[in-house]
Amino acid sequence: MGREIISLSSRVRKEDETDHIYKIKTENLNAWFGTKQALKDINIKIRKNAITAIIGPSGCGKSTLIRCLNRMHELVPSAKVSGKVYIDGIDIYSKNVDPVIVRRKVGMVFQKPNPFPTMSIYDNVAAGLKLNGIRDRKKLDEIVKKSLEQAWLWDEVKNDLDKPGSSLSGGQQQRLCIARALAVEPEVLLLDEPTSALDPIAASKIEQLIVSLKKDYTIVIVTHNMQQAARVSDYTAFLYLGRLIEYDETAKIFSNPKEELTENYIAGRFG
Amino acid sequence: MSVDDVFKYFVGLISFLSVLTLFLMVLELFRYSLPVLSLKFIFGINWNPVAGSEEYGILPYILGTIVTSTIAMIVGVPISLGIAIYLSEMAPNFIRKTLSFVIELLAAVPSVIYGLWGLFIFRFWVKDFIEEPLSKYLGFLPIFEGEPFGLDILTAGLILAIMIIPTVSSVSREVLMAVPNSQREAVYSLGATKWEVIKVGVLSYAKSGLVGASILGLGRAVGETMAVTMVIGNAVGPSALPTSLFKAGQTMASLIANEFNEADPTTLHPNALIGVGLILFVLALTINLLAQVMVWRILKIKEGTVE
Repeated sequence: MGREIISLSSRVRKEDETDHIYKIKTENLNAWFGTKQALKDINIKIRKNAITAIIGPSGCGKSTLIRCLNRMHELVPSAKVSGKVYIDGIDIYSKNVDPVIVRRKVGMVFQKPNPFPTMSIYDNVAAGLKLNGIRDRKKLDEIVKKSLEQAWLWDEVKNDLDKPGSSLSGGQQQRLCIARALAVEPEVLLLDEPTSALDPIAASKIEQLIVSLKKDYTIVIVTHNMQQAARVSDYTAFLYLGRLIEYDETAKIFSNPKEELTENYIAGRFG
Repeated sequence: MSVDDVFKYFVGLISFLSVLTLFLMVLELFRYSLPVLSLKFIFGINWNPVAGSEEYGILPYILGTIVTSTIAMIVGVPISLGIAIYLSEMAPNFIRKTLSFVIELLAAVPSVIYGLWGLFIFRFWVKDFIEEPLSKYLGFLPIFEGEPFGLDILTAGLILAIMIIPTVSSVSREVLMAVPNSQREAVYSLGATKWEVIKVGVLSYAKSGLVGASILGLGRAVGETMAVTMVIGNAVGPSALPTSLFKAGQTMASLIANEFNEADPTTLHPNALIGVGLILFVLALTINLLAQVMVWRILKIKEGTVE
């Protein structure tokens, strides 16, 4: 009896020890649009300082899943969520958590570049900081520069900071959006098909950029491009019809998937 | 010539006629007002249509138009923007649809009805609840000088404010609804409250369209005739100079409405009134042109680009 308790508690401790390598954990996460269920009992643990790719055919719930991780899903009228999403052990859906704070911690970059077209490049990056109440020009300058450098855009725009964000090319606009997201110093970065609206060269630059960011951020990227997932990610989750079919190291998913469904999808037999 | 061709030329002719009408109207306005057009006409303040001592100066009415329209803008635009923001950003679908419909119906109320209501009901509210307190506490300011009466420049301005709300709010609502959702999401994802999303993501994006919507309202306020004529008190000559909000005044439109019937064709009186019409027409045309360009610009903005 006594031994049982000891072994149980040591098992719990062991879980605790491995827990710190995970940034995000979901428990029976379900999501709906009206009566249509988009996610079904998703349980996934996402590693810190790694890139996790979410792949699957259109409509499988990829975007919905990451939009549940920063509480963006609920902004759609009639959208509903149940289950738990822990970030650093705190359930972001519990009643006393303010979604505004969650979204500051979990940044997001969208499918289509969406800079603020009436604002300058500088103001685009500074927008989130100003929301946080930072007005000190020197501090703003510093963070804007740092964020643009992190997003590999600084050298291209340093002389045009007061030009409108919309004057940039598509790839630059997307990097501007990444800089804008980084400026508020999030811990997690969610990327929702960030290169699907870009040409291959711009896309490849963004891919390299994303890899360079993983040392500082936990990154989750949704992509319908399997080569992209294979190139950039450390872990890959395969979603199908709202269910998490398989989740493992990217190398394993692409070379030796356990599920037939995953294999068929990766082999291009459907999707 | 095929039937299709006949139809094509027929409708083409009709659309051409509307352009021709506009052109002829400007031409005729100009032709008839030529005898009175001068700097003295625009900057004079005396108005005397009696044969022998004729004098036509329209500055008081230009100023009356500007002052009443300004009041309408100051009061009407913020209310309209509030309505538009509520309808496009906050209201549940059902309320949005119903309320939008009702507000657009308001635009269909004939202006003479607003005038009647203004003359028999609203002016007493203005007198009792706005003018008397203002006169009591701020009466030392020149713009609140004089005995509150209720048929004056302030009442006219406020009636105009009410009348422009349907136009300004429904165009503003359309402009706001044209803001792509991706803009709102961008702000949300930075950790923003609803108000910040509206301010940073929606209003700044829609700025020029909202200015356009307001100017469209200004165009309506400048040209509005019937309701203003019924409540503005219809002063003539130097006493129509809008030096205080509590004074009876006159706008260009109300002057024409008041006097067209008694203008003696053997004098220059009809020409002077047509001259007022010309100035009013040019003013309204400019304002509308400006507004159209601005609204049109925002509605054609594509995501991520401004020009």
